[in-house]
Formats: sequence, structure tokens, C-alpha cells
Amino acid sequence: MTAAAAIVASGFFSSSSVRTALAVGAAVALVSAPLGVFTVIRSQSFAGEALGDTGTTGGAGGFLVGVGPLWGFLVINVAAGALMELLGVQRSRGRDLATGVVLGAGLGLAALFFYLDSTLHNTSGAPITVLFGSLFTVESSTLPLVLVFGVLVLAVLAVIARPLLLASTSPELAAARGVRVGLVGFAYLLSLSLSVALCAITIGSILSTALLIGPAAASLRIARRPGRAIVLAAGLGVAATWLGVLLAYDSFEWSASHPWPVSFFVVALVFVEYLLCGLVGSRHRAHPTVLDTAPPATLGG
Amino acid sequence: MSAPVLAVERLSVALAGRPVLREISFTIEPGEFTGLIGSNGAGKTTLLRAILGLRTRGSTTSGQVLVGGAARARRNPLIGYVPQKVQLDPDVPLRARDLVALGIDGHRLGFALPSRRRHAQVDEMLDAVGAREFAEARVGELSGGEQQRVLLAHALMGHPRLLLLDEPLANLDLRSVGEVVALIARIASEQQLAVLISAHEINPLLPVMDRILYLAGGRAVHGTVDEVVRADVLTGLYGHPVDVLHVHGRVLVVAEVAAGAGADPTAVPSGVEVVS
Repeated sequence: MTAAAAIVASGFFSSSSVRTALAVGAAVALVSAPLGVFTVIRSQSFAGEALGDTGTTGGAGGFLVGVGPLWGFLVINVAAGALMELLGVQRSRGRDLATGVVLGAGLGLAALFFYLDSTLHNTSGAPITVLFGSLFTVESSTLPLVLVFGVLVLAVLAVIARPLLLASTSPELAAARGVRVGLVGFAYLLSLSLSVALCAITIGSILSTALLIGPAAASLRIARRPGRAIVLAAGLGVAATWLGVLLAYDSFEWSASHPWPVSFFVVALVFVEYLLCGLVGSRHRAHPTVLDTAPPATLGG
Repeated sequence: MSAPVLAVERLSVALAGRPVLREISFTIEPGEFTGLIGSNGAGKTTLLRAILGLRTRGSTTSGQVLVGGAARARRNPLIGYVPQKVQLDPDVPLRARDLVALGIDGHRLGFALPSRRRHAQVDEMLDAVGAREFAEARVGELSGGEQQRVLLAHALMGHPRLLLLDEPLANLDLRSVGEVVALIARIASEQQLAVLISAHEINPLLPVMDRILYLAGGRAVHGTVDEVVRADVLTGLYGHPVDVLHVHGRVLVVAEVAAGAGADPTAVPSGVEVVS
């Protein structure tokens, strides 16, 4: 038995559900990286968390009407994002309040939909799938949809990158330069809604923020420029999802009757990355000149 | 003689129905250094935002603002602006250099690819404001004085003709105040740049001010320091007796009535020493 075979259980690469899981996980991690970095810069992590939680309603509704959870996540998240915008999420004082109100209303609906799921369709597994995800059960037909929306989100972000960075740093500075701060913020919020929906299909609605915020927060402990932070977050995100898929697959070997869920491994790995980046970051802080040999930044630099 | 870089005519602004500025009129000539002096709440920020054309929710504005002879536009490249209290979080991955670079084209769509030319432009400006040594540090980790230099460089990147600075000296230690004032004055004279700088303290600006715009109770007086900072003029502006004392080269504006009138909007600027 080679070392590789000891790490990768047999049948890993030949399994189509593993291949789908790896592709979806990587795509979602790549899309989440820039969104997560901007979300942390804008201190809107709570909005991201609320969007994820509210997405539960969409996932439950998706099961109810039989269109699958991803469409449910997408529709409900965009609606919730638009509603937060209307209720004043852009104004810092109204932001948490508006977010909280939408979150509460959404979770109420989720409770109803889950109840109807179990009574009308007898899909009692729905809550676990929606809330905590199950990357191995994502159907391969979902992949094109994930890619389309992923590319859409990245395209929007690429277009608004500079004004968004300026507006996130100081709305006042951006407004003085003619940036339509409200419009840029709304475009960001819609991108965030879509991105959270993609995260939800990967690791579940409740855990979606972990994949959105976690790698970004970890990268911000090291990177000092936006472009680098995004690249590092993308790498950390892909690493966590792929390693998570591998470990979850391996856990079938450890105990075929009680394999551990892939979402647990992904979230745990993101957390470990966050801790490790903190260690590396504090070392860099102590010797800041170490990073100074870098070429110009890719974003805003 | 060329046209004034800024002409404000009968500008009135009300916030939520409450008049903040009443029929303010003044002009700023190219290269002129004007101090905008007034206590907290006198309307300094409101005036600067009105000049920039920034609307505040629920505000009504009348009168005219001409920048370089033309009515204000949504984005006026003739104006550079440093807002008050820019909150820069130490966790934000934005180096001083990145913020300065956003001064070139931060309003444009898309993202900037790294280029030697941009890097050189930014370096030049960082040198001009003396910020080169902390160019690679995160902006949020810099001291107040260092941040002011970086924000100044950001505002100067667009080659404005008029620089609006909102309380750049607030929360700076005494030495930084002197350094920042000297820096702004030097750059203004080098680049023939008109400056309108708000402050609640007159004294740091005395050596460099060509003109003063003194705000109180929603009204303003404009002129040279000698024309404006006089007992009779300020008494007329405040509407109650005020004395102006010169002590060791410093100017003290002194209210003659006993303090204790509470939150009087016509109160003497809080940063100015008051002897009652």
C-alpha cells in the first residue's frame, strides 16, 4: 500500500459524486473569496450570516415545490438581500436592525416549510440537507448552474471592484468622487446574496457563512493588500473544501456505518486555517519588512 | 485676473427643516489659503458638503456654488476632499500606497492592473507628503498624523485646483498639528492650490491663512484675519459681546458674558480659549 493510497481511500477519484463535490466546492470557494474579503472590509458579516440563515427558507421551499434547494436558496437570498436594502441595511445604524428583522421573518417561514415538507412529501431528511448541507448528494446537473451564477457574481465584482473598495473604505470619500455609494452597495449585496446561496448548497444554509467569511477572515490576518487577500482566501477556501471532501470520503473507511459529514470537516478545516493564519500573521506583524519585496498590488494599487 | 476657483452665493442649507447655513457668500481665488473657523455644530461640514454637491438625507439647499466658474457637477475633478474622521480599521487590507492609488481612479469601474507608471505616480505623491516610509503599512495601523498625510496624498492624486479639508487637525497631537499645517501650506503654494480648511481653533492656521471664513449661528464673515478677528466684527456675528485678545502671538476670542448659557448655537468656538 503506497502512502497516497493510505491517504486517499480506494474509489475516491472514480466516484462521480466525489468529482461533482470537488468541482462544486472549488467553484464556490473561488467565488466566496472576493465576496468574503469585501464583506469583512465592510463589516457586513452579520448580513452574510443572516442571508445564509434566511436561505434556509429557500432550501425548505425548494424541497416543497420540487425544484431542488439551489433555486430555493438563490430566489430567497436575492429577495432577502433586496428587502434588507429596502429596510435600510446601507445605513450603519439601521443595518443590524433591518438584517435582524428580515432574518426573523425568514426563519419563521422556514419552520412552516419544513413542517409542510415532512407532512405533505414525507421528506424528513430535508432539514439536515438544507441546514447542514451534503456535498456528496449534490447532483451533477447542479454544477452548470453553480458555474453560471459563480461567473455572474465574479463579473459583477470585477466591474465594481474599485468603487466598491473605495466606498467600503470610506463612503464619504467615495461619494465626494462621484461614486454612487448606494448603488455600488446594492450591487455588492445582491452578489453577496447569490454567493451565500452557492455556499449554502455546499455546506448548508446555517454553515454557509463559515465558507464565505472564514477563509477571508483568515487571509486578512496575513495579507495587507486587497488583491493578495482575495488570492489567499481563494486558496484557503479550495484547500478546506477539497480536504474536507477527502476526509469525509475517508471516514467511510474508518466506519462505514457512521461516516462523518463533509460539512463538519470543511468548517473545522476553515477554523484551523483561521488559527494558523493568526500565528503567521502575528509573526509578520513583528517583522513587517518581510513582505515589502512584493510587486505592486493588483487591485487599487 | 482669473476667475475665482470657488464662488458661493447666498447659500442656505437646512437640515430637517432647521436652518444651518443662512445666505453664505464668499469667493476663493486660485492659490488662496482660507481657514473655515467655527465651533462644533456651526455648519462647517455642512458647508463643505454643499460645495462638493453631496446631499444629506432630508436637507434643503438654495443659492449657488460655482467651482471654476461652472455649476457643481456630480464629480468635480477640480476639487480634492479629505472628509472628517475617516474611520480606517486596522484589519482592512489596504496599504497607504493602495489608498493613494485609489485617488487616481477609485471612482472608475473595473479594477486597476499593476503598472510601473501608477507605482511611480504614487511614489512621487508619497514623497511629496512625506509618507514614503510607511507606504507599505496598512492605513488603519498608522497614527492620526500619518493617516492625514495619506488622505492628503489621495486627494491630491486627481490634481485638484481646490482642496477641501474637514477638520484635518482634530485629534492630532500638538507636534503633528504643526507638521500637517506646514505640509498643506507648502503643497498649496508649490501647486498654486486653493485650500479651504475647517478647524475649531484659529491659532494653528494663523501663520498660513490668507483669508478666514468665520462661521457662527448659521452666518459667516469673510476677509483677512485682521478684518475678521476683531471685537466689533465678531460681536456682530455672535450677537453678543466678544473680545479679541492677542497674547504671546496667539489670538484668544473671549466671550464677555458669563458662560453657562448651556448649548447656545452662537457660543464661542469650543477650541478657542474662553475667559469669562
